[in-house]
Amino acid sequence: MFEILHTRQLTPVTKLFEVAAPLVAKAGRPGQFVILRVHGHGERIPVTITDLDPQAGTVTVVIQEVGATSKMANALAEGERFHDLAGPLGEPAPLREKGHVVCVGGGFGAAAILSILKGLKAKATHSSAIVGARTAELVILEDRLRDAADALHICTDDGSAGFKGLVTAKLEELITSGEPVDEIVAIGPMVMMRAVAATTAPHGIATLVSLDPIMIDGTGMCGACRVTVDGRTQFACIDGPLFDATKIDFDELVRRNKTYRDEEEAALHRYEQAHCRAEEAAAAATRP
Amino acid sequence: MPVISPSKTPMPVADAKERAKTFREVNFGYDPRRAMQEADRCLRCQDPTCQTGCPVNVPIREVIHLTSQRRFDDALALIKRFNSLPGVCGRVCPQENQCEGRCHVGDRFGPVGIGYIERFLADWERLHGSQPVEKAEPKGQKVAIVGSGPSGLTAAGDLNHMGYDVTVFEALHDAGGVLRYGIPEFRLPKDVLDDEINALVRAGVDIQCNVVFGKTLTLDQLMDEMGYEAVFIGTGAGLPRFMNLPGENLNGIYSSNEFLTRINLMGAYRFPDYDTPVKSGRRVAVIGAGNTAMDAARCAMRAGSEEVTVVYRRSEAEMTARVEEYEHAIEEGVQFKWLNNPIEFIDDGNGWVSGMRCQRMELGEPDEDGRRRPVPVPDSEFVLDVNNVIVSIGTSPNPLLSRTTPGLDTTKWGGLVAEDDTGQTSREGVFAGGDIVTGSATVILAAGAGKRAASAIDTYLSQKRGEAAEA
Repeated sequence: MFEILHTRQLTPVTKLFEVAAPLVAKAGRPGQFVILRVHGHGERIPVTITDLDPQAGTVTVVIQEVGATSKMANALAEGERFHDLAGPLGEPAPLREKGHVVCVGGGFGAAAILSILKGLKAKATHSSAIVGARTAELVILEDRLRDAADALHICTDDGSAGFKGLVTAKLEELITSGEPVDEIVAIGPMVMMRAVAATTAPHGIATLVSLDPIMIDGTGMCGACRVTVDGRTQFACIDGPLFDATKIDFDELVRRNKTYRDEEEAALHRYEQAHCRAEEAAAAATRP
Repeated sequence: MPVISPSKTPMPVADAKERAKTFREVNFGYDPRRAMQEADRCLRCQDPTCQTGCPVNVPIREVIHLTSQRRFDDALALIKRFNSLPGVCGRVCPQENQCEGRCHVGDRFGPVGIGYIERFLADWERLHGSQPVEKAEPKGQKVAIVGSGPSGLTAAGDLNHMGYDVTVFEALHDAGGVLRYGIPEFRLPKDVLDDEINALVRAGVDIQCNVVFGKTLTLDQLMDEMGYEAVFIGTGAGLPRFMNLPGENLNGIYSSNEFLTRINLMGAYRFPDYDTPVKSGRRVAVIGAGNTAMDAARCAMRAGSEEVTVVYRRSEAEMTARVEEYEHAIEEGVQFKWLNNPIEFIDDGNGWVSGMRCQRMELGEPDEDGRRRPVPVPDSEFVLDVNNVIVSIGTSPNPLLSRTTPGLDTTKWGGLVAEDDTGQTSREGVFAGGDIVTGSATVILAAGAGKRAASAIDTYLSQKRGEAAEA
C-alpha cells in the first residue's frame, strides 16, 4: 500500500497525487512511468511520472478522469492509499547536454513534461515549454512549469490565457522564429502528438513522443503494449514509452487503444450508477 | 489384506461439459481411502527409480509407504524437507516424464499415482492444519531472492529453513510468478497457492511485491547498500514471442502471456467484478501446442468461446503439452488442427482480426533437436474464421535484466549463464535458476534449480562465515 501524502485538484477532472514510494522516488528518472492499482480487484494502469523527490521519498503523478479506474483513483483523498505502485518503468528520456529542447504538453500532458523540463534544468540545457488547454482554468501546473522551463508559452483554444490557438501553431512559430530548436518532446492526447509530428517533420527536427498503449504488467511480459515503430514491433513498456514521432504507426495505436471500448463504457456506466446511489444515500442520510 | 488394484486409482474429475464453463478445479483429488489404496500399489522397489526422476529428489518410496500406513502428517513433513510447494507440484508437475515415468509398476499396469498422492497429502494439511516446521539457528546473513515463481519460492523456503534471513522481491502485485499469472484456477486454485506462500511467510520469509528488479532496485543496491550477501535471480522466461506475420498487431490477437495474465492474475473472467476485461470471442485459435497453449485454449472455452482450435505446425507426436492437459482439453471440446501453420491474419475492415490464413504442413527430415521439421505443402492455403487469436509459441529473454544489470554473462539466446549444479553466475555471490537460465521449462525443473542454488548459497555463505570468524 502506498500512502497519498498530498493531493491537489488541478481541474474538475485532473488531480495531482504525491505518493510515498521511497524506492521509486530514488530510482525514477524523467520520462519514466509507474503502474498503479486503486484497489484489490483493480486494473493496472500506467501513469507518467510528473515529479520525484528522492529526499522526501515521494512520487508525484497527475491523473485525468477518462474512465472508471481513473475516476476511482481521483476519488482517493490525502491519507488514503493506492493499493499498488510499481516502477519506475520504461526507458528514461534522453536528456540533451546542450542545445535547445522544446517540450510540448497538451492537456494533462503538461504534467508529464514537467519531470523532463526539470531534468533539462539540472543539466543546464536550454528549454522551452509549450502547454495547451481549451481555456485558462484548464491550464495546469503553470507555476511549476514556469520554474522548470527557461520559457513557458501557454496556448488556449479560446485565447483566455496566452496565445490563442493550438500548441502546434505556437510550435511552428517558435521553430521559424530563428532560434534554433534541436529536439522536441511532446506528450498529450494522441491527436496532438500526431499533429506535433506533422509540424516538425518538414523541419527535420528530432521529435519524441510518449506513447500510452494498453498495458498490464509493464515489464515486457505480456505484449499488450506492442506498437509498430519504423516497421518493427516494439513493446512500449520496455522499449519506450518515448519513441521517434515520425516513425510511429499512429493509426494502429489509436485502433488498438479502442480494443476494450465496450467494456470501458460498461465499467464507467456501472461506476457512475454506483456513485449516484452512494450520493443519494448520503443525501438521504443528512435529510432531517 | 485388501485386494490391491492392478490399475491406477482413478482421479475423480468434474464432468467435462459442466467444467468447460467454469473456472472451478477440474480434478477433485483423492480422499484418504483412495490415497491409501493407491499407495498400496507401490512395490517399494530396492532401487527407487521414481526418486531419481524427481528434480527435487523427494524420497518418494518412503512418502508412499507412510501414506499407505495412514501417516499423512509424517509423509507430508518428509516431502516438505525437499519441496516447499507440494500442493502446487502435485497438480502441475509432468509426472509422466519424471517420477511416474520411471515407476516399475508402470512397466505393466500403469504407474503409481505419485502426483495424485502428493496432492492429496498437501490438501490434507490444508484441511487439517499444518505442523510447525523446525528452523535452524539464525545465521545472521541476508539473502535476496528475485522473483517469486517456483524457483524463487523454493530457494526462499530452503534458505529460510537453513536459518538465513530471506527477502523475496516480486515485480507484480501478487506473489507466485507463473503460478499466479500463468497457470489457471481450474488447474491450480489460487487458494492452494496462497496457502503454500502463506506457509513460507509464516515460517519467516519476507515477500515484497511491486519491486521490479533492475528498475526499482538494482543488484548493486541489494549487495552494496542493503547488506544482502547473496542474491538468487529467478525472474522467469520473459518476452512473449510473436511470429512477425502480416496483421499480427490487429485487435483481438493476444500473446498467451497476456490472455492468461488477464484471466489469472487480473481476474478478467470475473469482469466487471474485477476491473480488467478480456476478449474471448465465439471462435478462438490458439497457435502452439505446449502446456501454455493448453491453458489458454481451456481458459478460452471457460471465458465463453464456442469453438476453440489449437493450430500447430507439427503433429500430435511432437506436441510438448502434458498428456493430462491434452486429454482434458479434448474432453472439454477443444479442437486440434495438426500440421497447419498460420501465415497471415486477416482484417475485418475495422482493425479486428476475422481470419487466419494457414497452410498445411508435412513432416520432413529431423532438425537439430531430433523432431521432424514441418515443411509447407504447396497450394494448401485456407482461411480459418476467428474472432480472437492467442499466440503461444514460447518466449524470448526479457532484455530488462541485461539492460539494467551489467556484469552478468548471458548466453547467445540471451538467458543468464549459470552453472547447472549450483546456479552460480559469472558474479560472486549471485546465483540464478529457472526459466531465466534454461528458457521456458516446467515448474518442477525451476523448483529443482532453486533447490540446488539454495544449497550452493548455503555453501558459499558458510565459507564466508568461516572466513569472517578466522579474520
